[in-house]
Amino acid sequence: MIVPLDLIALFFLVVIAIAAITVRDLLAAIVLLSAYSFVIATVWVEMHAVDVGFTEAAVGAGATTAFMIATLARTKREEKR
Amino acid sequence: MIEWVVEEVFAKYNYWISIVLMLTGFYAMIAKGNLMKKIIGLNIFQTAIILFFISLGDVYIGGWGGGVTEPIVKGVLPWGSGHVVEEGVVYANPLPHVLMLTAIVVGAATTAVALALVIRIYQEYGTIEEDEVIEKEQGV
Repeated sequence: MIVPLDLIALFFLVVIAIAAITVRDLLAAIVLLSAYSFVIATVWVEMHAVDVGFTEAAVGAGATTAFMIATLARTKREEKR
Repeated sequence: MIEWVVEEVFAKYNYWISIVLMLTGFYAMIAKGNLMKKIIGLNIFQTAIILFFISLGDVYIGGWGGGVTEPIVKGVLPWGSGHVVEEGVVYANPLPHVLMLTAIVVGAATTAVALALVIRIYQEYGTIEEDEVIEKEQGV
């Protein structure tokens, strides 16, 4: 691993994860989860797991986000409270 | 004592951050009432476990890049015609990578099934809040 890059990316990861579960707007939460997937794909490429990195970028940041937005279009956007 | 803290906490920070992410996702799964938030917590929990396993497979010898390389054979394979894999090259362990590659794909399928259930619950009850669903279920 590349230690400084690893530390910065993991710090951002924790911040984005907490933001994604805290924010009220569900569309914003989904976009934050997509950003989370993209940052963790960077972490994996930097940890020499390139195959896992590009699978996560395609499946995690791409397909899962599309599924979630499609679900949100059929349900409510706002979280209660 | 200080040496112990340095060796067990700071030198293995990947595992600690993985545990922090795991508990963040677990909190969202338990405490949030919204079903979409629960699925987002499930995703965060899953990536935390994958981060733990990828950290197990990585090696750090020293220097920029950790002194290791990706588990990709450069040149001809040893059972090819007369060439040998480079000597003295350290690879990250590819076994956790392959296992977690499967876990990512299975996790995407699990998320898709959960989202389908959320759509069905919304059609039935008109809400995706857990307490309102329970309220309507008991009211009927």
